Amino acid sequence: MSATPERLLESYRIMRTIRDFEERVHKEFATGEIPGFVHLYAGEEASAAGVCANLDDRDAIASTHRGHGHCIAKGVDPVAMMAEIYGRATGACRGKGGSMHIADLDKGMLGANGIVGGGPPLVCGRALGSKLQGTGGVAVAFFGDGASNQGTTLESMNLATVWELPAIFVAENNGYAEATSSTWSVACDDIADRAGGFGMPGVVVDGFDYFAVHEAAGEAVARARDGGGPTLIEVKFTRYFGHFEGDQQTYRGGEVNEARENLDCLKRFRERVTSAGELRGEQLDAVDREVADLVERAVQEAKAAPTPTADDLLTDVYVSY
Amino acid sequence: MARTITMREAINEALSQEMGRDERVIVMGEDNAGGAGSPGDADAWGGVLGVTKGLYHRYPGRVLDTPISESAFIGAAIGAATSGMRPVAELMFIDFMGVCFDQIFNQAAKFRYMFGGKAVTPATIRTMYGGGFRAAAQHSQSLYPIFTHIPGLKVVTPSTPYDAKGLLVTAIRDDDPVIFCEHKALYDITGDVPEDLYTIPLGEAEVVREGGDVTIVTLGRMVHTVLEAAEQLASAGVAADVIDLRTTSPLDEDTILESVEGTGRVVVVDEATPRCGIAADIASLVASKAFGSLQAPVELVTAPHTPVPFSDVLEDLYVPDAQRVVNAAKAVTSWSR
Repeated sequence: MSATPERLLESYRIMRTIRDFEERVHKEFATGEIPGFVHLYAGEEASAAGVCANLDDRDAIASTHRGHGHCIAKGVDPVAMMAEIYGRATGACRGKGGSMHIADLDKGMLGANGIVGGGPPLVCGRALGSKLQGTGGVAVAFFGDGASNQGTTLESMNLATVWELPAIFVAENNGYAEATSSTWSVACDDIADRAGGFGMPGVVVDGFDYFAVHEAAGEAVARARDGGGPTLIEVKFTRYFGHFEGDQQTYRGGEVNEARENLDCLKRFRERVTSAGELRGEQLDAVDREVADLVERAVQEAKAAPTPTADDLLTDVYVSY
Repeated sequence: MARTITMREAINEALSQEMGRDERVIVMGEDNAGGAGSPGDADAWGGVLGVTKGLYHRYPGRVLDTPISESAFIGAAIGAATSGMRPVAELMFIDFMGVCFDQIFNQAAKFRYMFGGKAVTPATIRTMYGGGFRAAAQHSQSLYPIFTHIPGLKVVTPSTPYDAKGLLVTAIRDDDPVIFCEHKALYDITGDVPEDLYTIPLGEAEVVREGGDVTIVTLGRMVHTVLEAAEQLASAGVAADVIDLRTTSPLDEDTILESVEGTGRVVVVDEATPRCGIAADIASLVASKAFGSLQAPVELVTAPHTPVPFSDVLEDLYVPDAQRVVNAAKAVTSWSR
């Protein structure tokens, strides 16, 4: 499957937006202006962008603590996201969710999730809804190596096969569940090995390679849309920042510098599309400038935006009560 | 036209009629279709106590058996609810909330608030509670206070076949997640139930007996125990107002307070354990909002702060009975400074 130049440029824009957004949140968090816990997705862009490039408006995703990248890739407005991270009334969740709960149900984004393994059961439900309604939609559960050991995830993979659901399970193995290595916490060699136990195909993909992720996800999405059931895709990479902002990362070796230098998904994407003549360097440079402007605007608007009022404390607990 | 049917039949009828009326309504749970993949008859069970029996053939594809994976299928009901379905999931015994609670209280209950008012999660979770079956500590609890504690959930505890049908129809049509708690000892009780669809609003208690001497607030199976006690009290010259809460969230404070203002004396009867429960909640409500009316301390009749025992001798001591209610009502009506 060869992608159009428009699709490639859009995927680059998404990856660049995620990278710049996260680098900027990292910088702004250090000033003390951003409240709460923030978990950054930088380094992992090829996963969200590569998977979501296969999705459309019929499809839904569920995300993780580390959800900013999934949000951007599924079309959530970065300006509203930044305002949410700052806890502002103009935020994607009106300042009541924060970094760990950014959602946009209209975009099929079921939410970042503060509970490890919270998303896969919900994805089964979305996939069931698509199947019963005959929309052709699929649902994708992004989860980390930590959640790959949660019962909810394993139960959901079993249920997805039993119910023959159009679901895709994307295990984003960045090497660490918080500070604990996945080489220690995951009992098998690869998370993808578990797929056989649930009667579905399982593949391991280089998570720094947009094209590899895009191709694997494309096959899984096509199979799911055709009624062929679920797939487990394990995406391997490393995150560029700590588990959360402020993490001193004393548990890590030197893999981040190595990855940034030699494996980085944005560098590899640029090299590949320009050398193949699919896109020109100037086109990518133009995207870089537009994204830089967007992120700058998102931060300035967030800082200037109003905070929620006391009235907002009590609203939207129920539809009616 | 009303017929006399069991509570099991009333719940089945509510599910069936709602499925017939609205194709977004689906039913899922362990053995809810009954025997999926097994060599015997399809629809063999219809849930462990047969509440969903017959729906499988009437609504092909919309009654789903599940693996014994409560987290996955309760979560799937919640996820499906966010995509325009109206799922009714059966959590077989309320005691099993422990293996799927995250999906209920961290996911379903919080979506609307946490996502800034943009989520609608019309999932109904039917679940069976209560003692009396000698089913011991992990199949007999009355855990609805835990759900009641959680903002974002609604909690229903019907006491009659009529209420069960009307409240379940309302729960299914409600746009918020609803925990619908069915006492297992009530499935075979009978009552008049209209064949036509009807709804009963959530948050409206019912005064099931009027007296004026004492207010007895109760819910679920205990409504029947309290009515039995009220008969005995009447013979002894004590006339009780009996209030069936019907839902613990929302809670109909007005009906309780109105009665207490008339009687000044209150007994709360609940099969659940006493700490942080419905009885304590009602006592707190009365103390803070009807203090001026009170003429006696509030009496609480609940299970003890213990697990549910197995031995029939012990379980009969555990579940509040009419005599304990009579004693409590006499204590508050005879109390003076």
